Amino acid sequence: MHELSITREIVDLATDKAGGRRVTRIALVIGQLSGIVSDAIRFCFDVCACSTAAEGARLDIEEIPGRGRCRVCGLEVPLEQPFGQCECGSVRIEVIAGEEMRMKEMEVA
Amino acid sequence: MCESCGCSDDQHVRITKVTRGQADHAAHPHDHAHSHAHGHSHSHDHDHGHSHSHGTTVSLEEDLLAKNNLLAQRNRGWFEGRGILALNLVSSPGAGKTTLLVRTLEALGKELTFGVIEGDQETSEDAKRIAETGCGVVQVNTGTGCHLDAHMVAHALETLRPPTDSVVLIENVGNLVCPALFDLGEMCKVCIVSVTEGEDKPLKYPYMFRASEVLILNKTDLLPHVDFDVGRCLEYARRVNPDLKVFQLSARTGEGMEEWLTWLQTQLPVNPSPPA
Repeated sequence: MHELSITREIVDLATDKAGGRRVTRIALVIGQLSGIVSDAIRFCFDVCACSTAAEGARLDIEEIPGRGRCRVCGLEVPLEQPFGQCECGSVRIEVIAGEEMRMKEMEVA
Repeated sequence: MCESCGCSDDQHVRITKVTRGQADHAAHPHDHAHSHAHGHSHSHDHDHGHSHSHGTTVSLEEDLLAKNNLLAQRNRGWFEGRGILALNLVSSPGAGKTTLLVRTLEALGKELTFGVIEGDQETSEDAKRIAETGCGVVQVNTGTGCHLDAHMVAHALETLRPPTDSVVLIENVGNLVCPALFDLGEMCKVCIVSVTEGEDKPLKYPYMFRASEVLILNKTDLLPHVDFDVGRCLEYARRVNPDLKVFQLSARTGEGMEEWLTWLQTQLPVNPSPPA
């Protein structure tokens, strides 16, 4: 459950940047191939934010679908897992979208 | 609260130096020989002068793993500056990481200096097995944690104090999921799968197989007794990561160990130092 330590980071980062103000909203961008489960972040958030300046903040998570590009023929393919196979038969797929895991912005009171 | 890097003790991480026949509980809280840089980089968050009734939006664009990645790069520089080869051994529980380590130390311990960082949620059992070989070892107990992170490794190195031109083998917590995401500053991850596990592990846990450069298929001595299709397992593994370097061996019987040991030696800096 690495989401627990990652959610701790999210809360630390937000409260640190808030500089004593109350955090009312946190916006995350999480790719579907990032290895982070959005629901697990939501599950951990309330616990991690408890008794901090981010307690009660709304959590908005934008999910980015996975996309890859074949290293052999250059074709772009949708990816639901961090690997796949191109129409040309190649399994050398470079992930070009879906590995994002970042805190985009937040709102402070 | 640790003064130099700001870590707190509330995550119940314990770092213990283990020597033959004993475990002295040293470390956390601890004095740090070196200080850590801030884990977070400071992005330019412009606070707008005008106030909105709904609050102020602060742009961050910060990687969620930025702190770990920064500390990992710090560890990497620390290793490189000392000519140390660091490998991160990952697997599910029971795949044979510790046995592989013990056999590796026994085989190369006269030619090379090794240091081991053992990661487990609880107990120093693995570190005791390593200590019996005479190798320097530090046990990191992560408590509730499911993986080692770069911060824990930085502190473990303060206790381990590996010499220059040595090899540091980091045995991660047995878990094929979480350790995939956390760079520790190693040269590469070495993933160990045993033939008593399912051959579909690479497809079920693709993140770990993608994050690794080396795959060790362990316990090959048990192949006659289990329904494990080696070819299929390797095909799955290469589907996930076509560039995986694969070794098939039995750490218990020693069969196939030679190739792994040779590979390990070829990864070393030019002039490795024998043990003092």
